[in-house]
Amino acid sequence: MRAKAARLGLWLWVIGVLVFLFAPIVTIILFGFDRSVIETWPIRHWTLSWYSVAWHDPQVRSAFVLSLKAAVAATILATILGSMAAFGVHKARFFGRDSISLLLILPLALPGIITGVALNSAFRWAGITLSLWTIIVGHTTFCIVVIYNNVIARLRRTSNTLLEASADLGATGLQTFRFVTLPTIATALVSGALLAFALSFDEVIVTTFTAGAQNTLPIWIFGAIRLGQQLPEVNVVVTLVVILMFIPILIAARLTGSDNFVPRVRATRIAK
Amino acid sequence: MGDQSAIDIRGVAKSFAQTTVLHDITLEIRDGEFFTMLGPSGSGKTTLLRMVAGFESPDAGTIRLHGDDVTQRPAHLRPVNTVFQDYALFPHMDVVTNVEYGLRVAGVGREERRRKAEAALALVRLEGFAGRRPAQLSGGQRQRVALARAIVNEPSVLLLDEPLGALDLKLRQEMQTELKAIQRRIGITFLYVTHDQEEAMAMSDRIAIMNQGVIEQVGSPQEVYELPATAFVASFVGTSNVIVRRGRTQSLRPERLLLLGPSMIAPDDVTFEWGNVVDVVYLGMVTRIFVGLDGGDDLVAVQTNDGSSTGAPVPRRGDRIRVAWRPEDAFDLETAVV
Repeated sequence: MRAKAARLGLWLWVIGVLVFLFAPIVTIILFGFDRSVIETWPIRHWTLSWYSVAWHDPQVRSAFVLSLKAAVAATILATILGSMAAFGVHKARFFGRDSISLLLILPLALPGIITGVALNSAFRWAGITLSLWTIIVGHTTFCIVVIYNNVIARLRRTSNTLLEASADLGATGLQTFRFVTLPTIATALVSGALLAFALSFDEVIVTTFTAGAQNTLPIWIFGAIRLGQQLPEVNVVVTLVVILMFIPILIAARLTGSDNFVPRVRATRIAK
Repeated sequence: MGDQSAIDIRGVAKSFAQTTVLHDITLEIRDGEFFTMLGPSGSGKTTLLRMVAGFESPDAGTIRLHGDDVTQRPAHLRPVNTVFQDYALFPHMDVVTNVEYGLRVAGVGREERRRKAEAALALVRLEGFAGRRPAQLSGGQRQRVALARAIVNEPSVLLLDEPLGALDLKLRQEMQTELKAIQRRIGITFLYVTHDQEEAMAMSDRIAIMNQGVIEQVGSPQEVYELPATAFVASFVGTSNVIVRRGRTQSLRPERLLLLGPSMIAPDDVTFEWGNVVDVVYLGMVTRIFVGLDGGDDLVAVQTNDGSSTGAPVPRRGDRIRVAWRPEDAFDLETAVV
C-alpha cells in the first residue's frame, strides 16, 4: 500500500516537472491559432491565417534560409574538426594532452556573450566583414565540442583489441579506419552532428555578435518579440521551429541511447 | 632447410617503463607444433606472444618466422593470425563477414572468400550461424568464430592468447579436445598462451614454463611434469613437494609418496620420515593427505580412491605416520629458490 502511494507521488512529481518544462511551449503553439494580436486566455477566435502570413513573409523566409545555411555549414565543419580532434586526443600521448581536451570543451561552458564579443573584436581586428561566414565560424566553435565529446566517448568505450584484430588480419591503417573505426563511431558521429545542428539553428547570442546586417531565424524572432507587432506570427514560426528541431533531437537520442547494436539483436530475436 | 623452425626467437628483451618484462628470451618453435607458453600472470608470456603478432616490438633481439626476420615488420604484414582472449569480434558485422575479414582486406573476390569463410565455419562446427551477430552468440560460439576468422587466412602460425579463459570448465575441456583436433587437421603451428597448467598439459606437444620474464624450462608435458628443472616448475606444474635434504633441493610428487601406518612394514627400497597427519581432504577420485614431518617440512600426499588400493586404511588427522619414497622419485632441482 505504501509502495503504491509512493509510486503515485513519484508519478505526480514527474508530471509536474514535465508540465513546468513544456507548458510554455504548448502556450506558444496555442496562441499561434489566436486571431487577436493581444494574447488573452481563453482564445476567442481560432484561425490558421497566421500560418499563411508566416509562410509568405519574405523576412521569415530569408532568415530561415540563412539559419539553415549556417547550421548545415557549421555542422559539417564541426563534424570534421571535432572528430579529428577526438582521434588525435584519443590516440596520441603527448605533453599537454589533458589541457587540450579541456580547451576543446571550454567553448560550450564559456558564456555565449564572451565567445560572441571575442569573435566580434577578433573579426574587426582582422578586418573581416561580418557575413554568413563569420556566423558559421562562431557556431562552429561550440558545435565542435558536441562532436568531440560524442566521438571521444565512443572511442574510449571501443576495445583497443578490435583495432589490433583488424591489423592482425592484414588490414592497413586506412582499411581499419574504414571497416572498423568508422562503423563503430558512426552513430556517435551522426547523433553529435544532429545535436550540433540543433544548437546552431537556434543560437542567438554568438550570432548577434557575428552576424552582419542579415538576420538568422532566432534573431528575427527576438526582434519581432521586442517590437510586439506580430506576436502570433512569431508563435507560428516558433511552433514550426519546435517541430523541426524535434526530429533531429529525437533521432540523436535514439542513436546514442540504443547501445550500439542492441535494437537490431532484439528485433531478430522477436522475429524468431 | 628441412626442419626449419616456425618461430625463432633470439635474445628478445622488453621493458615497460622501469619494469623488465622479458629477459633475453631465446626460443625455437618447430613447424607444425602445438607449443604452449605457460606461466602465472606477469610472467611475460602474453608480451612475447604480442611480439610475435607484431603488437609490441622488442627492445633487443630478433624474431624470425620460417626464417624471415619480422622483428621490425608491422602486424598487418606478418603471416600470423591471433585468437584474442576477448575474441575481439567486430560487433557491427555478422559472423561470416567477421570470418572473411582477412580475405576481404587482402582483396580476395567475394565468391571465393564466402566459400572459404563457410568452410572455416564448418571446421569449427558453426554451419548455419553465418548471418548471426556476435552479440547473439554464446561465449563458446564466439570463441569458435574467432578461431575460424583466424584460420581462414591460412596463417603460417596461429597465436592463441588464453582463448578459453572466459569459458566455463566443461566447455573449456571440450574446446581443448577440439582445438587439438583442429590443429592436427590443418597442420599449422599453434603458439598458445595460458596460465592453466592442466590446459597446457592436455594440448601441447611442448611447453615453455615462464616466470618473471625468463623461461624456466622447455619440454614435453611429461618432461616438465616428471623432470621439472627448477623449484618453480615443480610447484607450478601440478603439485609438488620441494624439500632440502643433504644440501640438495629436491622435488617429490604427491602421488609418488607412500603413507605407512605404525604397524605397516616399509619396503626395502624406500627412505621414510616420521610425521603427523595434519589434514585429510577427500576429493572424490583422490584423497589428499597433509603431513607435518618431525623435521619441520610439510608434505602433501595423494591416495587414489580406487577401492582396490594397497589395503592401507585412509589415515586420519593426528595419526602418527611414516612418509616413504623411493630415492629415484626425489630428484634434484636446478635452483634452490623455494
